[in-house]
Amino acid sequence: MAVETTAPAQAPALRLLRMTLNGRPVELEIAPRELLLPVLRDRLGMKGAKLSCDVQVCGACTVLLDGVPVSSCTTLAYEADGKSVETIEGLAHDGRLHPIQAAFIECGAFQCGFCTSGMILSTKALLAETARPTRDEIAAYLSGNICRCTGYWNIITAVEDAAGRLAGDGEEEGA
Amino acid sequence: MLGQFDICRPGSVAEASAVVAERGDDAVFYAGGTELLILMKERLLEPALLVDIKTIPGLDAIALDPGGRSLLLGGLATHRAVERSPLVREVLPELAAMETAVANVRVRHAGTLGGNLCFAEPHSDPATLLIALDAAFTLASASGARDVPAADFCVGFLTTVREPEELLARITIPLPGAATRVAYERFKTHERPDASAAATLTVDDGVVTDARIAIGCVGERPTRVPEAERALIGQAPSPDAFAAAADLVRDLVEPTEDPFASSDYKRHLARTLTLRALARAGAADGGTNGR
Repeated sequence: MAVETTAPAQAPALRLLRMTLNGRPVELEIAPRELLLPVLRDRLGMKGAKLSCDVQVCGACTVLLDGVPVSSCTTLAYEADGKSVETIEGLAHDGRLHPIQAAFIECGAFQCGFCTSGMILSTKALLAETARPTRDEIAAYLSGNICRCTGYWNIITAVEDAAGRLAGDGEEEGA
Repeated sequence: MLGQFDICRPGSVAEASAVVAERGDDAVFYAGGTELLILMKERLLEPALLVDIKTIPGLDAIALDPGGRSLLLGGLATHRAVERSPLVREVLPELAAMETAVANVRVRHAGTLGGNLCFAEPHSDPATLLIALDAAFTLASASGARDVPAADFCVGFLTTVREPEELLARITIPLPGAATRVAYERFKTHERPDASAAATLTVDDGVVTDARIAIGCVGERPTRVPEAERALIGQAPSPDAFAAAADLVRDLVEPTEDPFASSDYKRHLARTLTLRALARAGAADGGTNGR
């Protein structure tokens, strides 16, 4: 898909950005100064990543770039060229929630939900790296994702629960 | 929204340096962008050209020098790469542990060690430990390279001896010997540390033969405290000796008051963190010598 940008006079030439967004190839022209978060939200309709602190502190804008969590508010869209970008919209498949999403719901790990996309994507990166993290490891990894209403206890519990689901715990009682 | 700028992607250090030399203030090196893009959002910096150095081959290497005496970190190595490097964890675990505490995992994935050092934000961790480790920074440009001791690199708030066209290509850290232990301690009440202390202590036959103490975040730049170091030489590594050195640190640091901590509080933190670092470096089972 190609979306036109109205660029002011003397602006540097637009560049072609080719990336994989939630598993599907996407092509669009971007200005060098465009940040990844507004490109995802305003040009590609992925509203799950939120703008909050705008300085890489809070984690509400977290997306995965080649599987690695980044603050899309302070990442140039240019950096996504040739890479895979994953947002919260890419997690559920065929109407079935991702196990991390299911765990967050079951454990009551969010209230307003503003931080949740970032929490879940950070969790996905953590569990890809460390399949069964301890509560301390979870707290350390998620220390850059700030929640101002639920409190972290249930979130950490949800990550533990998600780790169990991904490892196949309890499958024998299965659904 | 950022101002207008273009991006180029040079293939070598010489090429990158030549672009910045030719364009002057118009062009800046760009790597992780963790500090740069925030300044650009605030319009405190408005470069017309970002010189993307991330794809220059070899600048992110982490290795031992051929003799195995020094750890070599490419300036483009990210905090996360240093934190997770099996080599760093083996030969200098205190460095890996320090990196684990930097900012958050997203910043550590994007941010580079070289970028952190060149930005010279006083409320930062790596420079303080690297000063105590007596590291050297290699600044490379189209016209050659020079080595600068870590202690001489930062000269003030956000200010280093680096020329705009010089790129921090490599950090060389001499590996501490078997009798030397290293400890880094920091304290923070918000996103960035308020104070930090790094200590190396060499003990031979029950006597301190060498000591280095570096204090970070307290003043405009991280610095060693030679008077406190000298006070330890020839002493047994005892709580009394450590307390005397820490008192000197408290009295001799030059704190800069900031919105998060008063000068008095920073002196107090500098003393406490020095004491903790020395206690850990001086304990038989504390600190790390890298083996």
